[in-house]
Amino acid sequence: MLERSEPEVLVRARGLTKTFGSFTAVDGIDFDLYRGEAFGFLGPNGAGKSSTMRMIGCVSPPTSGELSILGRDPVRDGSAIRARLGVVPQDDTLDMELTVRENLLVYGRYFGLPRRVIRERTAELLEFVQLADRANSKVDPLSGGLKRRLTIARSLINEPEILILDEPTTGLDPQARHVVWDRLFRLKQRGVTLILTTHYMDEAEQLCDRLVVMDHGRFAAEGSPRSLIARYCSPEVLELRFDPQLHEAAADKLKDFPAERSEVLADRILLYVADGDEVLAAVHASGLEPLTSLVRRGTLEDVFLRLTGRRLED
Amino acid sequence: MAPVSLAVPSSAQQWSMSVRAFRCWLTVYRRIWRSSIWSSVLGPVCYLGALGFGLGTLVDKHSTASLGGVSYLAFVAPAILASGAMNTAMSEASFPVFGSLKWNRIYFGAQASPLRPADIFRGHLMFMAMRIAMNCAFVLLVMWAFGAIRSAWVVLAYPAAVLTGLAFAAPIAAWAVTVKMESSFTYVFRFGLTPLMLFSGTFFPLSQLPAGLRVLAYATPLWHGVALCRAFSLGTAVRDPAGMLGHVAYLAALAVVGTWAGARTYRRRLYV
Repeated sequence: MLERSEPEVLVRARGLTKTFGSFTAVDGIDFDLYRGEAFGFLGPNGAGKSSTMRMIGCVSPPTSGELSILGRDPVRDGSAIRARLGVVPQDDTLDMELTVRENLLVYGRYFGLPRRVIRERTAELLEFVQLADRANSKVDPLSGGLKRRLTIARSLINEPEILILDEPTTGLDPQARHVVWDRLFRLKQRGVTLILTTHYMDEAEQLCDRLVVMDHGRFAAEGSPRSLIARYCSPEVLELRFDPQLHEAAADKLKDFPAERSEVLADRILLYVADGDEVLAAVHASGLEPLTSLVRRGTLEDVFLRLTGRRLED
Repeated sequence: MAPVSLAVPSSAQQWSMSVRAFRCWLTVYRRIWRSSIWSSVLGPVCYLGALGFGLGTLVDKHSTASLGGVSYLAFVAPAILASGAMNTAMSEASFPVFGSLKWNRIYFGAQASPLRPADIFRGHLMFMAMRIAMNCAFVLLVMWAFGAIRSAWVVLAYPAAVLTGLAFAAPIAAWAVTVKMESSFTYVFRFGLTPLMLFSGTFFPLSQLPAGLRVLAYATPLWHGVALCRAFSLGTAVRDPAGMLGHVAYLAALAVVGTWAGARTYRRRLYV
């Protein structure tokens, strides 16, 4: 461990911009990523997360601005930087015709690793992602969750210092997601720096030490999940669902209630309040009859709604 | 976590980086080679059997003066070698390249490693060259078995055929990586390769064509490949060494330009 007091910056961006023709995907963002942290880019589809990931992965040259990764220039030294990165892309790029083991072999060769090293690491990595018993089966018939785990194992074959994950659990069922989260958490414990994008707030809350909320290519906010919720959301949220025909009238009437803020969604009304039960009692007392009601804690989803006026998964 | 021992790639390392990509294709090929061998052998057997013996028997009953006085089998066999190289090049450089972007996405997996687009391209091109060399070897074996070879110079027909294949594979792969829809390949097969296969002095000598068309045929790469392979297989190459050099130069130029272009088109396609 070097300077414990001053964490080492692994990725540094200043005014980082990416445009495609007249479309600006990433609009002048600044950030520093430190060794050992898990950093998340949270945002809806099209927010610029994947474009940012591709620039960090040295496969997409920035249009303008500064970017340095591991102290080097991604355009000039892309190959050398990539040798020290692991990438878990949004869509698996596994070779379906090959076996689990062969996929790791091919990948290890891309990194110029000797066969012996690949063999040793393959055994460890398959153990790590709990695929050791499937080493010789073909990839094609594996479930989505197993494929994802194999992709993660493959991305670790070069013992990367930074692991880049683009939507690591999108499309997985809840059980498979939890297994992936657990493995990523263990990697973080081992000191691997994680950079991930997600549009799942629970994923961000589970994994990220620090995150940015991204929208239209810019950062709408940044901080730890807890601090973002504290800053942008009330302690509790009261969710009310009304008969669709009474929805608008109810929304009108609820405007007079003592809430920090309210959001009228297509199917629900959210009241941001300090004490949900108290306000719910007041709602009932006023003669409104919600079909369902729910008092919950504020989440990153609420933060996102507040910052962008849109829901994450829209 | 120690970084993998890997220096910045210099031009000296280009070769080894491309070989890494090539070895990926070898691993994949080890799984499927059996099925590919069958078509590699059956193809030339069918062609040489049907054309050389079937059609050849009819042709040989008349004067074969315009064929240079050799049997139709001996005339057509080297052309099948050259056009076979072209066809292998097309099938290896079209859908496999497209599929590496759209279907199994091999290129995107490789891209996240130290390999650069040019390495990915050259590695794949090496594999195409290997497949062309394999298929040409099979055709030559069948030619030999059918007694279609007239000269020991035929050993030079082998590299000539492989060069013909590369003259197609490199530019086609360079283009295929830019293709958006797979139907584009059908047009190239139908309006590009089929006419080339028919009108490059393959099945009949170009002297049978009207003068205007003949000039057009001279400009096509397959004609040069066929002429080269035929001259070596029949042993007539010694009579026209300058012509042979011309054919080689034409084909080599295509292969070099294609390799140069591919490094650029791959980069443009993969580094967006």
